[in-house]
Amino acid sequence: MRELRYREAIREAMIEEMERDPSVFLMGEEVGHYQGAYKVSEGLLSRFGEQRVVDTPIAEAGFAGIGIGAAMTGLRPIIEFMTWNFSFVAFDQIISSAAKVAQMSGGRVPCPIVFRGPNGAAKQVASQHSHSVDPFYTNIPGVWIAMPATPRDAKGLLKAAIRENNPVLFLEGETLYNVKGEVPDEGVDEVIPFGKARIAREGDGCTIVAWGRPHYIAMEAAEILAKDHGLQCEIVDPRTLRPLDVESMVQSVKKTNRCVVVHEHWPYGGPGAEIVDQIQKNAFDWLDAPIERVAALDVPMPYASNLETLVLPTVERVVEAVKKVAYL
Amino acid sequence: MASGIDELRQQYRKMLEIRRFEEEAARAYAMGKIGGFLHLYIGQEAIAVGTASALIKGDYVFQTYRDHGIAIALGMTANAGMAELFGKDTGCSRGLGGSMHFFDPDNGFYGGWGIVGGHVALAAGAAFKSKYSNDGHVTVCFFGEGATNIGGFHEGLSLAGLWKLPIVFICENNQYAMGTPMSRTTPLEDLTLKAQGYGMHGDRFEGHDVAVVKDRVKMAVDRARRGEGPTFIEIQTYRFRGHSMSDPAKYRSRQELEERKKKDPCAVARQRLADAGVKEAELLAIEGEIDDLIAACVKHADEAPPATEAAMWDSVYVPTSAVPADRLPRGVVRVQDGGAEDGDA
Ligand SMILES: Cc1ncc(C[n+]2csc(CCOP(=O)(O)OP(=O)(O)O)c2C)c(N)n1
Ligand SMILES: [Mg+2]
Repeated sequence: MRELRYREAIREAMIEEMERDPSVFLMGEEVGHYQGAYKVSEGLLSRFGEQRVVDTPIAEAGFAGIGIGAAMTGLRPIIEFMTWNFSFVAFDQIISSAAKVAQMSGGRVPCPIVFRGPNGAAKQVASQHSHSVDPFYTNIPGVWIAMPATPRDAKGLLKAAIRENNPVLFLEGETLYNVKGEVPDEGVDEVIPFGKARIAREGDGCTIVAWGRPHYIAMEAAEILAKDHGLQCEIVDPRTLRPLDVESMVQSVKKTNRCVVVHEHWPYGGPGAEIVDQIQKNAFDWLDAPIERVAALDVPMPYASNLETLVLPTVERVVEAVKKVAYL
Repeated sequence: MASGIDELRQQYRKMLEIRRFEEEAARAYAMGKIGGFLHLYIGQEAIAVGTASALIKGDYVFQTYRDHGIAIALGMTANAGMAELFGKDTGCSRGLGGSMHFFDPDNGFYGGWGIVGGHVALAAGAAFKSKYSNDGHVTVCFFGEGATNIGGFHEGLSLAGLWKLPIVFICENNQYAMGTPMSRTTPLEDLTLKAQGYGMHGDRFEGHDVAVVKDRVKMAVDRARRGEGPTFIEIQTYRFRGHSMSDPAKYRSRQELEERKKKDPCAVARQRLADAGVKEAELLAIEGEIDDLIAACVKHADEAPPATEAAMWDSVYVPTSAVPADRLPRGVVRVQDGGAEDGDA
C-alpha cells in the first residue's frame, strides 16, 4: 500500500484503463491543455495525445450526446463534467438516451460510458454551483451510480466503471480531491465491484450510513461518541447508490438496533429516504428507535459562509442524531 | 461638445468606480473576507458603462457571473455590492447570492447567472414581456464568446430572432473561455455569423472606448425599441485578470497581456478627457472621490451585520397564495399575511 490523494487515484484509474484499452478516451471542458479544472486529468494530454484527451467547447448536451453515440457504436468514453452542476443541461441525454438505449433496443445496443466529475457543495459557490445530484440520478433505472469517499474506492470503482458495459455516473467529492488515503501498490489491478458496501468502522452501538463527504463527518462523530459516551458506532459506506447494498446495511442494523443516515442532498426523497425505507422494511423488528437522517437543510445553498455552514451536515448534527436514537 | 465631455466625465467616474471596486474585492478575497468564485471584469469596463449609457430607466439587463461591472454601471451602490461579496445582510441579495448572483431589479438588473447560456432565453423572456405589453422597453443580454457554443444560447437567439423581440445580445469576446482561446472553441472568427442564421442584425467592434460602445449599442437598442428586431453585437475586449481568482492564467503570455493593457478602457477615457482640456487637478479630484467611495464601501461591508438565517428561510419562496396557513413550510408566508417586507428578517 501507498498513500495517494483522491485526485491522483482517479487519474491513475483513467491512465491504467486508457493504457489497457485503446477504445477508452476522455472528453470534457478544460481536460486537456488546461490539465483539468480541478487538475484531475493533469498530464493526460501529453501522455495520450489529442485524439484521446479531447477538449470541448462549453456544450454539455452536445458532448454528452457525442459520448453516448460513440459508446453505442463501440468506444468507451469517459465524459467529464467540470462539475455535476453543469450536467443538468445534459440531463435529457442521460435520462432519455443513455439510460434507455439498452431497453429500447431490446437489450441489443450497449452504452459503455462513464460520466464523471466533482459533485456537491464546495466552499461558498452559492446556489447554482452547490448541488448534490445523487437524488436526481438515483431515480433512473438504466444507469449505475458510484459516489466514492476514499482514494482507494475512487480508483477501484472507477476501473470497474470504465470496464462496465452500462452507463455509470461517477460522483466525485469536490472537497475530497486533496484527501489522502491508502491505495494498493502500482501494478495491483484492484477493481471494486458495484453494490458492495464498505464497513468503515465496526461497532455495536449505532449504525451510521454515509457516503461521499459525509462519510468523514460520520467518522469524526463516531470518535466523539466513543470518547464522550462510550458508544461504538458502525459506519457503513454503500459506495454505490445504484445498485445499493441493502443487505450490508440491514445486517449492521440487526447488530446495533439503531440507525442514522447522513447525506449532503436535500431531505426530500433521494437515496437517504430510500435507505431508511429499506431498513425499516427489512429490519423493523430489530429497531429500537425511529431512524434519523442528517441532511442538508431544505433551502437553495446560500452564499454567506455562516449560512452555508448551517445548511450542510456537521459533526455536531450527527452526534445529536446518534444521541437521539440511542436515547443518550 | 460640452455635453459630450460631461457624459464622458460621468462615464470615466463609473468605470473607475468599477475598477477600484474590483481591485478592493481582489484584496479582500486574498484576506479571506470574500469566498467562493470571484470573476473580475477588469479590462472590460467600457462595455458595461457604455451600454448602461445607451439604456433608459425600465430597460432590462441580464448578465453572467462576471456581473459586478454592469450592476454598478446601472446604478447599484458600491455598498450593496461590496456587502454582498462579504456575505452581509445589507448586500444586494442579502448575502445569499454572492459575487455571481448580483441582483438589482430597481435599476433593471435581473441578475448575475452562473450556468453558461442559462440566462439567454430568460433575457429573451423579458423582451417577450416588453413586446407582449408594448411597454417600449428593451432588454440587453450579455455573455462571453465561450457561451456561443451551448444550446441555451442558440435556442434563446432562435426564438428572439423568430419573434423579432426587442433585445440586444452583447457577446463580450474577451478571447478566452476559462483557459481555452476562442480558436479552440469555435471554427469562426466573426461571431455575428452565428446570429445571421437566426435572422438578426449583427455588429462587431472593439470595446475599449466607452463613447464608441455607447454609440454602437444605442443604434441596436433604438432599433429594438422601434420594433425592428434583435441585434447581436460582438464586442472585442480582454480580461486583465484570470478567469476567476483561482486561475493564474498561464495559458497566455505576459507580452499578450501587456499589449492589451495599452487599450485599458479607463486610461483611454482619461486621456480623452485630458485631450479635451479637462485639467489634471480635476481628474485627480475625481479619482480621489472614487477612492473615498470605495474605502467607504469596504468599511460598510466590514461593519454590516452578517447574512441572516431568517433571510435564508424567507427567500426560498415569495409569499404564497396557494398554500393555506396551516400548511406553510418554514419561512414561507401567505400573501395576505403581509408579504415579504413584513417578514421577521
Ligand atoms: C453549463 C456550464 N458549463 C460550464 C461552466 C463552467 N464555466 C464557467 S465560466 C466558463 C467559461 C465561460 O467563458 P465565456 O463564455 O467566454 O465567458 P467569460 O468567462 O470569458 O466572461 C465555464 C466553462 C458553467 N458555469 N456552466
Ligand atoms: Mg470569454
